[in-house]
Amino acid sequence: MSTDNLIELLVADGSSCRSFQARFRSMAACAVTFVALAFFLEVGLRHDFSQAIRSGWFLYKVFAMLALAVISTGATRCAGNPHGDIGRWMPAYAGVLISLAGAVALKLLITPQSEWFTQLVGHDAWRCMTLIPLLSIGPLACLLLALRQGAPARPSLAGALAGLGASSIAATFYAANCTDDSPLFVLTWFSVPMILLAATGYLFGRRLLDW
Amino acid sequence: MAASLEEEEWTTLMRAATAGDERAYRRFLILVTPRLRAMVRSNRAGFHISAADAEDVVQEVLLTIHLKRGTWDSSRPIGPWLSAIARNKLIDSWRRRGRHSYVPIDDVIDTLPVEEPSGGCAEQDLDFLLRELKPQQQDIVRSISMKGCGIRETANRLGMTEGAVRVSLHRALKALAILYKAKSS
Repeated sequence: MSTDNLIELLVADGSSCRSFQARFRSMAACAVTFVALAFFLEVGLRHDFSQAIRSGWFLYKVFAMLALAVISTGATRCAGNPHGDIGRWMPAYAGVLISLAGAVALKLLITPQSEWFTQLVGHDAWRCMTLIPLLSIGPLACLLLALRQGAPARPSLAGALAGLGASSIAATFYAANCTDDSPLFVLTWFSVPMILLAATGYLFGRRLLDW
Repeated sequence: MAASLEEEEWTTLMRAATAGDERAYRRFLILVTPRLRAMVRSNRAGFHISAADAEDVVQEVLLTIHLKRGTWDSSRPIGPWLSAIARNKLIDSWRRRGRHSYVPIDDVIDTLPVEEPSGGCAEQDLDFLLRELKPQQQDIVRSISMKGCGIRETANRLGMTEGAVRVSLHRALKALAILYKAKSS
């Protein structure tokens, strides 16, 4: 087939097409809906939610996860482009990490040393490490499907960011159920499923996102 | 990097194309092809692509441009996007040949055009890959590309609805992209 013939073929397939940005937005909305449904049907808010929202540490936990979810979803969309510059998202990630480190330092300062370990272990670290990955499955599938419509310059990195995005969406909701509000606990136990999901996304990305 | 006049024209054409103007799309593809060809040829040695394979790479790049056109942000110039797509496909074909050298490539727009077109008679990779499609998809692809029939004519000839031809054509193009990829692994 000559190249001119190929061009005729491509033109016949149509020139208009829905932008990747628009498709990604719909799939990201699906991801959030997925987690919201699973969360409110199966997990639910913590029993003392109405009191908890008056606690600064609880609000900090939820907003830190929300920030991570927004940043990671944005970075994932960026990574879906053939020349997406992910570097510009790094200051945002650094900001969240610095704020977490600051929160941990503050918490250590105002907590007697004897309670450090209790706060670190928390009430239910295991629940946190199982529920976050479970809630992440749906959104990870959504974000990977969205990326398949894209053309990621670095497929494995895009997959890893999708894993991070999916787990932080899940963590944002889960944070409203979890009764451990100490940043010591959050930094330790929320990060485990997130790293796990990022690694899963990395592996899927290498297999599924090559174009 | 200032966008050249030529690149501005491509961008304008592609904006019209994504809005549904098929004539603009054809013109865009026709204008871009010699530049892609020049880029592939000038980087051929570095990527270990033989002269005979150069046109295959051009065709694969064109198919990718088509299937991934949704990832171009229409508020930006199209040159860097084209370069990124072409670079990815050059690396693909270099991997296919299992070499481990790296030669950076220039931007599409910085490359000089080469006037001579490709030989139309030689069998391209595409012709081999085509044989792996479903028979009906092959019919549709041949009817539109080689016989120059439109969608409607093809639909009449094959006794299908126009919608079915469109769907089948789109699937065929996606399948071809996957077949190119499979060839590399």
